[in-house]
Amino acid sequence: MTTLTTTAPPIQPSRLKLFGGYLRRNKSLGYGLGILLFLILFTAIGFFQIKPKAAYPLAVRPKQPPSILDFGAKDWPGKYPMGSDFFGRDMHAVMVTGMWQTALIGVLAGAAGTMIGVVLGFTSAYFGGIFDMAIKGICQILTPIPVFMIQIIIASSLDKRDVTIFTMAWIVVMLAWMGPTLVIRSQVLSMKERQFVAVAKLSGVGNGGIIFGEILPNLLPFIAAAFVSQVFGSVFASFYLAIVGLGPLREPLLGNIIWGAQSQGAFFNGWWWWPIWPATAMVLILSALALINMGMDELANPRVRRTE
Amino acid sequence: MRLRLILRRVAFLVMVVWAASTITFFVPRLSNRNPIRERFAELSRTGGFAAADLEVIVASYNKKFGLDKPLLQQYTDYIGSIARFDLGVSLSRFPMTVTQIIYNSLPWTISLLFVSAILSFVIGNLLGAVAAWPRSPGWLRAFATPFIMFTGVPPVLLAIFLLFFLAFKLKLFPLGQAYSTGIAPDWSFKFMLDIMWHQVLPAISMILGSVGGWVLSMRGMGVTIQGEDYVNFAEHKGLDGRTIFRNYYLRNALLPQVTGFALALGSLITSGAVVEGLYALPGLGSKLGEAIRANDFMVIYGIVLFITMSVATLMVLVEFLYPFLDPRIKQE
Repeated sequence: MTTLTTTAPPIQPSRLKLFGGYLRRNKSLGYGLGILLFLILFTAIGFFQIKPKAAYPLAVRPKQPPSILDFGAKDWPGKYPMGSDFFGRDMHAVMVTGMWQTALIGVLAGAAGTMIGVVLGFTSAYFGGIFDMAIKGICQILTPIPVFMIQIIIASSLDKRDVTIFTMAWIVVMLAWMGPTLVIRSQVLSMKERQFVAVAKLSGVGNGGIIFGEILPNLLPFIAAAFVSQVFGSVFASFYLAIVGLGPLREPLLGNIIWGAQSQGAFFNGWWWWPIWPATAMVLILSALALINMGMDELANPRVRRTE
Repeated sequence: MRLRLILRRVAFLVMVVWAASTITFFVPRLSNRNPIRERFAELSRTGGFAAADLEVIVASYNKKFGLDKPLLQQYTDYIGSIARFDLGVSLSRFPMTVTQIIYNSLPWTISLLFVSAILSFVIGNLLGAVAAWPRSPGWLRAFATPFIMFTGVPPVLLAIFLLFFLAFKLKLFPLGQAYSTGIAPDWSFKFMLDIMWHQVLPAISMILGSVGGWVLSMRGMGVTIQGEDYVNFAEHKGLDGRTIFRNYYLRNALLPQVTGFALALGSLITSGAVVEGLYALPGLGSKLGEAIRANDFMVIYGIVLFITMSVATLMVLVEFLYPFLDPRIKQE
């Protein structure tokens, strides 16, 4: 005689818990997202603390040292927590606005570059022939040319008064689609030959159905990874352009601030806080993106061998 | 067979240079900026001459530089002058040619790039190889980790922090410039020492910024090579660890790294230019920054074109090195 024992239903951990567990295993993704969260909080909270106008010249008393470091002071964090620069900009306001603008350029240029890459990579790999030849040829010739140099040419032939955050994003996008194109192309090439595509073809699914129904869903992790590395590249490129003096000079973009500090001899004059805040912010942004990028690689391709 | 390969690579090189010079020709002409008018408008503002003469001067300069000819002829003239390595005349330092400016600043750039490229390649690959080698001591492996942390950080940011801590706070190094003020440039030992002293921080920031990348890729390569049959065979044959490490493991893992070296040159030169600007060393990068500030378009285009051509040439030259490093390529 058998007795039926009722087993308790298996406890399904909540999604948040699963996500937390994954981050504990994929450490670089965890750290990267952590730094990113900190930066987002700094910017979001900062928007309530600052006057947007204070991020532009002649707004406050110039050359004030940062007061956030004298913890004993009665009115901590003081009037200028991060100091003010030679041109009379409040560095706290500058940092909040500058981070937001940097993020805007990165996300805009990253999204546009990834989109162009996906479209070109797909056409090149799926339809092949003359498309493939042309796209591959252009990518090959452009590879040995340092992209930054071409960006300098484009940016310097624009009138400096016309350069805005958006023009910066477009300059970066114009020469940044080759990477994602090649990545997507190679993935589509290999996926095209898999069995599920052949099955779909034999069951009479059209080109559109195969691309959007079969291949694209499987490519999503790669597209996401390409997007993150694209954002990294765009932030990097716009930072370099701004630091040689080709940014939108009126905006408190992080690279512009360092360019300004360097042309006024900030270290020679003892105004160390002027270049140090934007440099710290840039290090945090780029490391967060690099860490997330590494984590995404692992997410997209779990077979990647971990060497540690 | 070898000759055909060489010819093909040289043809590719010519294509790249042609593409780069075509871009530098057409992009500025698509914009509405006229460098000559801007230059002279600036001069007339500072009180050089009456503004009414401006159009006459601009027209005569357009004629002198051939800017009144049809576009196609301008283009062929331009490509011809590049083939003769004539990059035009500087607008802000008028009698000087762009080639002269490049020639004067080149030694600074080459010395910084050469030292930092070689040192970071050697240090990075050795650390990476050691990090992946199972028999290397733990402290040596841990040594690689701090370098990996700097991988995503561009050298110019490291340069800012080095300046802050080592030059501004501790006053161990100078705050930029090529040599101390008040010391006459000559070929004396003291002056050479002074120059080298000023190059230390730029070189360290370049090296710190690029070592991490080499460590990561070499470690990945090393892990793959360890699983190869010939390494196992050498181990079972009883060869000592040092021989296996040097002749079986390191040499094979280094091959793809040389390709990586060629590809990394472009980004290395780019970051070198920006770092030079930050330290105010009189190299190509600083000249580029100055030209951007002064709207000296001839110098901007000339330097950009020169850097592009050198990167493309170096990449092809590195490719010619392969047959010497890898005997298998010779047969092809």
